[in-house]
Formats: sequence, structure tokens, C-alpha cells
Amino acid sequence: MHKKGIKVALFSVFLTIITVLSGCEPLLVLDPKGPQAERQASDILLSIGLMAIIVIVVFALLVYMLVKYRASKQKPDYEPPHIEGNLWVEVIMVGIPVLIVAFLSFVSVQSNYIVEAKPKGYEDTKPLVVYASSSNWKWHFSYPEEGIETVNYLYIPTNRALEFRLYSHGPITSFWIPQLGGQKYAMADMVTTLHLAADVPGEFMGRNANFSGKGFAENTFDVTAMSQDDFDDWVKEVKETAKPITEEKFEELLEPGHLGRQTYTGTHLEFSPPPTGHNHTEESTETHETESHTDSNTGHEGMSH
Amino acid sequence: MDFFDRFAVPHPSIAIYASMAAIGLTIIAVIAGLTYFKKWGYLWREWLTTVDHKRIGIMYLLSALLMLFRGGVDAIMMRAQLAVPDNTLLDAQHYNEIFTTHGIVMILFMAMPFIMFFMNFVVPLQIGARDVAFPRLNALSFWLFFMGAMLFNISFVVGGSPDAGWTSYFPLAGNEFSESVGTNYYMIAIQIAGIGTLMTGINFITTILKMRAPGMTLMKMPMFTWSALIANVIIVFAFPVLAVLLAMGTLDRQFGTHFFTMDNGGMDMLWANIFWVWGHPEVYILILPAFGIYSEIISTFARRNLYGYKSMVGSMVIISLLSFLVWAHHFFTMGQGALTNSIFSITTMAIAVPTGVKIFNWLLTLRKGKIVFTTPMLYSMHFIPLFTLGGVTGVMLAMSAADYQYHNTMFLVAHFHNVIIPGVVYAMLAGLHYYWPKMFGFMLNEKIGKRTVWLLSIGFILAFMPMYASGLDGQARRMYTYSEAAGFGLMNMISFVGAAIMAIGFVLIVYNIYFSTRYESRDISNDPWDARTLEWSTHTPVPEYNFAILPDVESNEALWDAKKNGHVLFKGDYEKIHMPNNSGIPFIMSCIFFVWGFSFIFSLWIPVIVTTLGIFGCMALRSFEQDHGRYISVKEIEETETNLRGA
Ligand code: HEM
Ligand SMILES: [Cu+2]
Repeated sequence: MHKKGIKVALFSVFLTIITVLSGCEPLLVLDPKGPQAERQASDILLSIGLMAIIVIVVFALLVYMLVKYRASKQKPDYEPPHIEGNLWVEVIMVGIPVLIVAFLSFVSVQSNYIVEAKPKGYEDTKPLVVYASSSNWKWHFSYPEEGIETVNYLYIPTNRALEFRLYSHGPITSFWIPQLGGQKYAMADMVTTLHLAADVPGEFMGRNANFSGKGFAENTFDVTAMSQDDFDDWVKEVKETAKPITEEKFEELLEPGHLGRQTYTGTHLEFSPPPTGHNHTEESTETHETESHTDSNTGHEGMSH
Repeated sequence: MDFFDRFAVPHPSIAIYASMAAIGLTIIAVIAGLTYFKKWGYLWREWLTTVDHKRIGIMYLLSALLMLFRGGVDAIMMRAQLAVPDNTLLDAQHYNEIFTTHGIVMILFMAMPFIMFFMNFVVPLQIGARDVAFPRLNALSFWLFFMGAMLFNISFVVGGSPDAGWTSYFPLAGNEFSESVGTNYYMIAIQIAGIGTLMTGINFITTILKMRAPGMTLMKMPMFTWSALIANVIIVFAFPVLAVLLAMGTLDRQFGTHFFTMDNGGMDMLWANIFWVWGHPEVYILILPAFGIYSEIISTFARRNLYGYKSMVGSMVIISLLSFLVWAHHFFTMGQGALTNSIFSITTMAIAVPTGVKIFNWLLTLRKGKIVFTTPMLYSMHFIPLFTLGGVTGVMLAMSAADYQYHNTMFLVAHFHNVIIPGVVYAMLAGLHYYWPKMFGFMLNEKIGKRTVWLLSIGFILAFMPMYASGLDGQARRMYTYSEAAGFGLMNMISFVGAAIMAIGFVLIVYNIYFSTRYESRDISNDPWDARTLEWSTHTPVPEYNFAILPDVESNEALWDAKKNGHVLFKGDYEKIHMPNNSGIPFIMSCIFFVWGFSFIFSLWIPVIVTTLGIFGCMALRSFEQDHGRYISVKEIEETETNLRGA
């Protein structure tokens, strides 16, 4: 039974690894297209490597003990000895993990400051600011400097810092474009900032990663990265062709449900500014503007029927 | 009409109607059976009013097994729904309800009572005590837990299940986005069960500190008792937080306050923060007693003393302290900035060190041992490698910048199942096999038992390893479906197959219980595993007073000393034994609590007031009751002892 069990177990591990590896395309997170995602992928691979060593040591020790000290290998009259701890063994047992964890902590702290800052390599570029706000179950992207707004799709220039200001018109959501970088929450009472950048043009998957109710699974958006010139052309085209976003129209957009892609000139920020409260990161002078709160309230009321 | 409308399930389906019918029929069958076999009196005298820690333990066990199957059915339905892309087996609403109830049922109504079962059954025996410090409070703890669990479970057929996740983050769980009473059930049912748990914490701390056998100093306590002590200390610090949190949630939902709302200054992350201030310690409340069980089993079947006793205790103490300092790792992505994340990243990783110490101590316990592969040991030997995998992925998640990529994905789901299944669930199953003979006087079948272990592990690997990959491929958790183009199909299909294999494993456990009840020998000794601690020094079945003479202890392996070194455990003569009387009050009071909770959930204020008075009435009754317990005479003890020895 044991032998057979082990064989089946090994085989299933093997099968799993194979299917995973042969998943043809590389896993999204490990196929980064921007500096932040790159740093995260390299942290992930580094920690997998270090952790693999620990796993192998534990597995090897376990197999060794089980093979060497099983009762069937021992004389029938063998009496295992009484052994208390040993100081040196304990020092090693604590010391090596402490070293590994200290090293990983060091890397982790470094990475924290990297992913929370302007993306490496694009420090000198002027960041494109995009307000990404979620409502059940859509994403609204406002480009205040360009004066345009889209729903459920995001066009971005490559080789330039991107600064996403995130907030929500409803439940907590999480803005995530795996190939450009990890996620961050969008909440109703504050604006959070996520720094990203794209190195190459391409189409990427973006989604809300945080459960937000019935329509959560389909709460996705398409991301297209293009050269700055193409981006400028697109902005110009939008300004020429799209209709302006009005307060009325925006209320309509906030109604729960799914919408396809939409494009507007102007942004909803003008009549429905983002929340100002409890901002942890920047400019957090707690001036509770009741006005902005009432504004976002009207949004909610629109959603609750 | 309006009045009755609220009790209707908002999104009924055939499955729900079928379950209603099944629940109704089961209740009728139970009532009819009890009446036909004239067992009402027996049920009342021997179980509903019992204050015996062993019986209370067994009731915890039964509830836990029942809930394991409820949660398991949820799990299999989820895996089936996700097995293929664009599946329509479940719609979004049902899927959301199912993963919500799965999480709550498994953690609070399966794993918690399972460890409560072990603490109740084992701790007094292991420390040579005759019961817990407050036996009646213990009964109340159980019945409150039980009524909380039942109340939660009826949400499914009366009024609708909660659907905002087991974490129930606001504002999603607020009135605006969760209109049904589902989340009220969450708030009230968990509150009732949680009060029971808090009382257990106080009870067991007192028991362990005050009722140990003569000679058993703290550092001579068996490892499971140590783990129980520390887990209960965590309970006493963590559960009040949960109580307050749930009260705030209730106020927001039913009384119009604004703790977590989106307007009027409510803070939505406040819920998440307080939730995890309880939630992270909670996972250690589950894992520490599991570690304790493994320590007992591994040293028993390596036929050796536990290696590094002191560092085992020390590491648990450190884990318990650190467990309160890491909560923010559950929302690194909240935007609190690099500094805060760095601090929590480091504290989180620090927990891996004492956890690692424990793993190495178990490995070194095997060294120079004489290892016998019984079913409990086989579980433990599967635990070590699989739990190590879960632990190291925990360290990976603790790298906060990288966690921006893991968070909210299947990678996280893989991590916590990878620690909870091999860590907590295997410990429970191992412990179940291990303590079964002490409880019921016969062993569970070893051959079926070992096959089950292999089946569970194979199923586990197939079910959860692919999730690490699909998480890294962008599959968010809690999605009720995904498109063909997403490319998660194969990985989720493998998960489904794995889950089905695990389901077979769990069914085999039930079959094993049935099979062993019928065919296994009743002729077993008091110490069938050749174990080392006090619980095996008393008779099987354990007499109600546990030990006719309180044992005398010199080391943390008192029974082993007696067997190998001629230590005399039981010195002196029989004396009359003082025992607590049974009481119906805990059960009745908990029934009133059930009605109170139900009325509260539906905002039926008149019954709430009446039942509140009833609850205080029970408390007053208890305060003024003169009950000094009873004595078991020397003659009775002698009779019982000769009977048990003869058997
Ligand atoms: C080596 C020790 C461990 C470390 C470093 C660790 C680390 C973490 C981290 C960082 C997260 C949050 C990840 C995220 O949300 O993105 C997490 C989640 C979780 N861990 Fe662990 N963990 C460890 C051990 C355990 C143990 C022993 C258990 C349970 C017995 C456990 C149960 C959980 C659960 C239930 C969750 C997530 C719950 C949810 O979001 O629904 N972990 N762990
Ligand atoms: Cu945690």
C-alpha cells in the first residue's frame, strides 16, 4: 500500500507540474511588461528559489528519518534514547531561517519603496495621471489633463510613468493589470495611488481583483499600450468625435450592471470630484469637504435601486 | 403578507427547495425515532444536560463532522462550477453565497468545534483532572456554539444566506449592497457562537492553570496541553475584538450607524482592519492545538520523547505574540504606503522562524526513533512536507511588494488551504483516529484509515497545486466563472478532479466509522497505542470521574515513566469524589439565545425583548440556585473500578 501510494502521489505531483509548465504561454505575472511588474516577478522568482531550498532540505531530512529509523529496520529490542534539546542544534535551527528571513525582509523593504515610487527608468518623464474609479461593475477612466473619459478600457502611452489615482463609487475594489504591476484597492472614502509604466506596446488584461458582488467576475477592462504619438492621436480623435460626459449621463453610467466600452470628452471629476478623506499617502489635510461627500452620495443613491 | 415575505429565500432554486424538504424530513425522522425508541429521557439526562467534559467533547465532534460535510458540499459545488469555462451550473448569486458559507462554516463551525472537541476530551485527562474548572459554563459554551451554528445554517432556507465573503468586507456587506438578511445572520450567529468560544477560553485557561495533577508543573505539561493553553490565551485576547466588530456591523446594518458606510464619515477599511486583528490570531488558534496533536502523535509513534520540549513551548509563545502584530498583511494593497507595509512584511516573515523551529523539532524527534506507521502517524508524516509547502508560500506572500500580485488571487487560496488542510484538518483526522479507542472502546480500521490518508493527499495535491499557477496567471479568487480565452480551464479541471478525490476520502472516513463500529474488536487495552501521557493511564471507557485516584506526575511523560521507569502513578486509597450536577439551564438558555438571534436577525423586536428577559432570567436563576454538586462514594468507585478492570 505504501509503495503504491507514494508512486501515485509522486505521479500526481509530476502531472501537475507538467500541466502547469506546459501551460504553453508563460503565466501572466511572470511575463512582465513594465518595471514594477518586473521587480515583482523577480521577487517572486527569488523567493521561490530560496523557499525551494528549504522545502528540499525538509523533504530530504524527512525521507532520511523515515527510511533510516522505521521500526522494521530496527532490532526488535531497540529502545530509542531519551534526548532533550541541544543548544547548538537549536542555534542552527533558528539561525539559518533568521538569515533567510532577514535577507528576504531586506529585499521586501527595498521593493516596497520601489513599487511605491515612480517606475524605475521613467523617473524623468512627466507622469500621465489617470483617475480610475470603479462602480458596480465597471471602471471609469478619467484623463483630467487630456480632458477625456473612457469606460471599461484604458489607453496608455508606453515609456512614460503612469500615475493611477484609484477610488470607488461603491464597494472596495482592486485595480489590477498583472503584466504591468500588482494591484491596489480602490475605496469610497479616499484616493490611493498606484505607479505603473509599460515598456512595450501591447494589449493587457485588467480587472477588479477584489470581490464586489454579483457582477464581480465580469468586472474587467482592456488595456492597450501604444507609443506616445499614437496615444496623442487617439486623444485628439476622441476630442473630435466623442460626446461630452454630463452629470445626467454619468449618473446613468453608475447604475449597477455591465457596459461595453464607452468614450466621452470631459471628465466626471468636474462635477463629481473624488473623495478627500483619510488619505494615507499624500496631501492629507483632513478638510472634510461635505460637498464632495454629498456628490458621491448622489452616485450611491443612483445605485441602490 | 409582508410579514412573511421576509422569511422567503430571495433567490430560490431546486437545490434549496430540496434541502428544505430534506431538513424537514430529517427533523421529523429524528423526532419520530426518539419517540418510538423512547429515547427522549435518555437524550435529556445523558446529553442535553450533561456537564461532563468528555460528553461535551463528543457533541463538539459530532457537530464538527456534520459541518464538515455541509462545508464540503459547498466546496465540491464550487469546484464543479469552475471545472469548465463559462459554466452555468451555478449563477453568480449562488456561487457567492456558497463560497461565503463555505468559509464561515469551515473555519468557525467545523475547525473551531473540532479543536474544542480535542481540548474538551483530552486536556482534563492529560493533566489528571476530573473535569474542567467550570463544567456548567463549559456546557453553556457548547450549546451557544451549537445554536450559533444551527442559526447560521438555517439562513440557507429562511431569508437567504450571506453573500459578501467570509471576510464580509463593508461597504459590500452593508445594507446598500447586501439587502437580504444574509449578513444579519453572519453578524448574529457568529456573535452567539463567539460568546461561547470566549467562555471556553476563560474556562480552559483556568482549568490548565489550576487543576493539574500533583507534581505537574507548567514545564511538565504534555505538549497538547501547552498548545491548548496558548490557543485559549489567544482566544481571550482575540474574541472580544470579534464581538465588538460584529456588534458594530449589526449597528450599521440594523440601527443606522455609520462605522463602515461610504458616507457620513464611515471608513470602509475599518472593518477590514478590525476583522484581521481577530482573523489572523484566529488562524493560530486553529493551528496551535493542531501542532499539539502532532507533537503527541509523532512522539508516540517514533517511540521517543519529543525533541526540544522547551523550544516547542517557546516557539508557541512567540507565535502567539507575533500573531497579533501581523494583521495588515491581509491588505498590503490598501495603499498605506511603503513604511507600514515594510513593518508588517517583517513581522509576518518573523512568524516563519518559530514555525520552522517546530518542524525541525518534529524531524529530530523521528531521529533515533523506532517509527511505526499507524494511521495517525501517516497523517502526521503527510503533514510535515505538505505544511512546509504552505508555510513557505506564506513567506512568499509576506513579501509585500510581491503580494500586490498574489493578493486576491487563487495563489492566496492555495496558500491558506495548503496550511489549513494538511495543518489543521489532517491533525483533526489524525487525532480522531488516535483518540477514537479512548472515546469508544474500539479502534478505527487501520487499513481503510491509511488508504484514506493517501487518497486525501493525492486529492489535495491535485486540487490545490494548480491554484498556485492559475493565481499567477491572473485568476482572481471568488470569480463564479471565467471565459474560455482566459486559459484557466485545464488547471481548474484538475482542481475539480482533486476535490472529487478528496470527497471520496471524506466519505471513506464515514465508511470507516461504520465498518469499525460493526467489525472492530472491543477487546482493547487502556493504552492501545503504547503512548506516553496521562490520558492513556485511565480506563477505557473513561469513568465519569476520570481518575479514581489523582495521578502523581514527575515528567511530561508520566505514563511512560510508569511503564519504563517504575514510577508509581496512583498512590493512596480511594476517597469520595466531588462531581458537579447536571443542569438543563445551559441548554435552555442557549435555546432562548437561538430564538433571540433569529428574532434579532429579522428585526422582530418584541420577541427580542422577551427573549432577552428570558436570558437574564436564566442567569438570575443560576445565581440564586443552591447546588453544591454531589459525591461519588468510595463504594461506588470500587464497584466501577473492579468492573472496568474486569472488562
Ligand atoms: C509561515 C507562516 C505563515 C505566513 C508567513 C503567512 C502569511 C500570509 C499572508 C501574507 C497572507 C495574506 C496574503 C494576501 O491576502 O494577499 C496570508 C493569508 C492567509 N493565511 Fe497565512 N501565513 C502563514 C501561516 C498560516 C497558517 C498556519 C494558517 C492557518 C492555519 C494560515 C491561514 C491563512 C488564511 C486563512 C489566509 C487568508 C484568508 C483570506 O483572505 O480569506 N496562514 N497568510
Ligand atoms: Cu494572517
